[in-house]
Amino acid sequence: MSQPILVIAEQVEGVLRKVSFEALSAARELAGTMGCETYALVLGNEMEAAAAELGKYGAEKIIVAQDSALADYTTDAYCNVINDIAAQVNPGIIVLGATAQGKDLAARLSARLKAALATDCLTLRAENEQVLTSRSMYGGKIVADVALNGTPVIAAIRPNTFPVKEAQAAGKIEKPNVKTGDIKTGLLGKHLETGKVDLTEADVVVSGGRGMGGSDYSVIENLANVLGGAVGASRSAVDEGWRSPSDQVGQTGKTVSPALYIACGISGAIQHLAGMSSSKIIVAINKDPEAPIFNKADYGIEGDLFEVLPVFTEAVKKMKG
Amino acid sequence: MEILVCVKRVPDTAENEIEINSDGTDIDRDDLVYSVNEWDNYAVEEAIQIRDKVGGTVTVVTVGDDESEEVLRREMAMGADKGILLSDGAFEGSDGFGIASILKAAAGKGNYDLILTGAQADDGAAQIGGMLAAMLDRPYASLVNSIEVVDDKTMKIGREIEGGNQEMSEIQMPCVLSIQTGINEPRYVGIRGIRKVASVDIPVHGAADLAVDASAAGSAGAKVKRLDYFVPELGEGAEMLEGGMEEKIDKLVELLKAKGGLK
Repeated sequence: MSQPILVIAEQVEGVLRKVSFEALSAARELAGTMGCETYALVLGNEMEAAAAELGKYGAEKIIVAQDSALADYTTDAYCNVINDIAAQVNPGIIVLGATAQGKDLAARLSARLKAALATDCLTLRAENEQVLTSRSMYGGKIVADVALNGTPVIAAIRPNTFPVKEAQAAGKIEKPNVKTGDIKTGLLGKHLETGKVDLTEADVVVSGGRGMGGSDYSVIENLANVLGGAVGASRSAVDEGWRSPSDQVGQTGKTVSPALYIACGISGAIQHLAGMSSSKIIVAINKDPEAPIFNKADYGIEGDLFEVLPVFTEAVKKMKG
Repeated sequence: MEILVCVKRVPDTAENEIEINSDGTDIDRDDLVYSVNEWDNYAVEEAIQIRDKVGGTVTVVTVGDDESEEVLRREMAMGADKGILLSDGAFEGSDGFGIASILKAAAGKGNYDLILTGAQADDGAAQIGGMLAAMLDRPYASLVNSIEVVDDKTMKIGREIEGGNQEMSEIQMPCVLSIQTGINEPRYVGIRGIRKVASVDIPVHGAADLAVDASAAGSAGAKVKRLDYFVPELGEGAEMLEGGMEEKIDKLVELLKAKGGLK
């Protein structure tokens, strides 16, 4: 296949998200096996400097679509612009991150381009010019291998799942004229929690569940802070009103795949496991030695989280000097 | 306001062990407990609340077999006014694009100001709302967690984006929104409520009624093909750390350092 792979990079407030580099690395690897080029596409306003970095990760061409109307994501404008660029570039495969924005975009784009779509891809490979991916279904209880037929196809990859690999490429910047078209949604405002580590991109997630017994998450937050991680919560903690729904890890919340996941006072219902079982290392702390979370965890400590966490936090502090 | 809510009957993952059937082509559907896709209940509840405020009707629609009628009745017991079942052997094996095409045809038979879907369902794809919106050429927003009707043309919506961030937007109707859990508290449906709607007529539309093109729906039209299913390995269970508190933590820190969990 000689058609290029087009990676749609994602930026928030002008900064490229980590998943963009993961998507590019995954695409580059795939391009290697298929013998085609990899292009990156960045949409935004004044993104040229930030976009140039994508050359280091294998983008032969970096298409920077700039317009003040693209500074913030809107489904309409982004979809219109990508549609036009896809018509020029004629990609065989489009790869992007399965983030809130990526999934929003991918669904609309796939209908526009009549492209087969797989979201939340865990693997990506090509066999006999067919794109294959595996994705988890039924709350993580089943993994399905899926073939995407036709051209183009769209693969939205799960954040924190594909490694970022440097691979210097030409990184030639192109700035096409863009038409954002009719935008039927207007952004009124954003409430940004600055400085907060994003759950889906965090390397470490420390979550508290029913065992927290209330909304005081300071022992969790302290550990997350020294680890540079994010704070998560189980559904029951969210249902109790102890944490905001945006902190919820699980089937009806976020899916996270950090290098280290620490589950504190969480029994391990399937609802929760669905959101964190692809974490690389799982540590569970629970008073109940029979808690199902211990079946899923790599390491377990039977004990009261309010006693364990401060000791753990101090030990990490000491280790980090 | 005329509101259409797309719902789906799904295996209840909390109630079932999900296994793969003998020829590996699907999950084993014998003896599974089914329920309404959880996100859809939030969408129906939101539709009911909007209708109760500004008037209109709430219609629930699903693509499925005869048994999917039960989820329509459940949502009608919650308070939806009408149910429509889209069922035809020709729909079997549809991919997301196919399902969205069928729903698009059904949406075209009504005059809906607002179409809601759940943010995602059992296959976790989160795709139907966006596809449907594109096919209808209507504005779309996903992961909506608040809706305020401004007038009969405009709504203010809140969307959950990453990092606990929240986005507030204005959107023009008619539009399509996918609804995130937590937007409301779906009301409880008792057995009495279900009985009350047990004999309400639910129309069934097939491919011919909807004029759905066979190249879009059904297994022939599906560009996304499932090749294989497998159950992810469960692992061996946790290595329980023993000893006094300091000892346990020392062990944990050492293990995490060695395995790359701590840097």
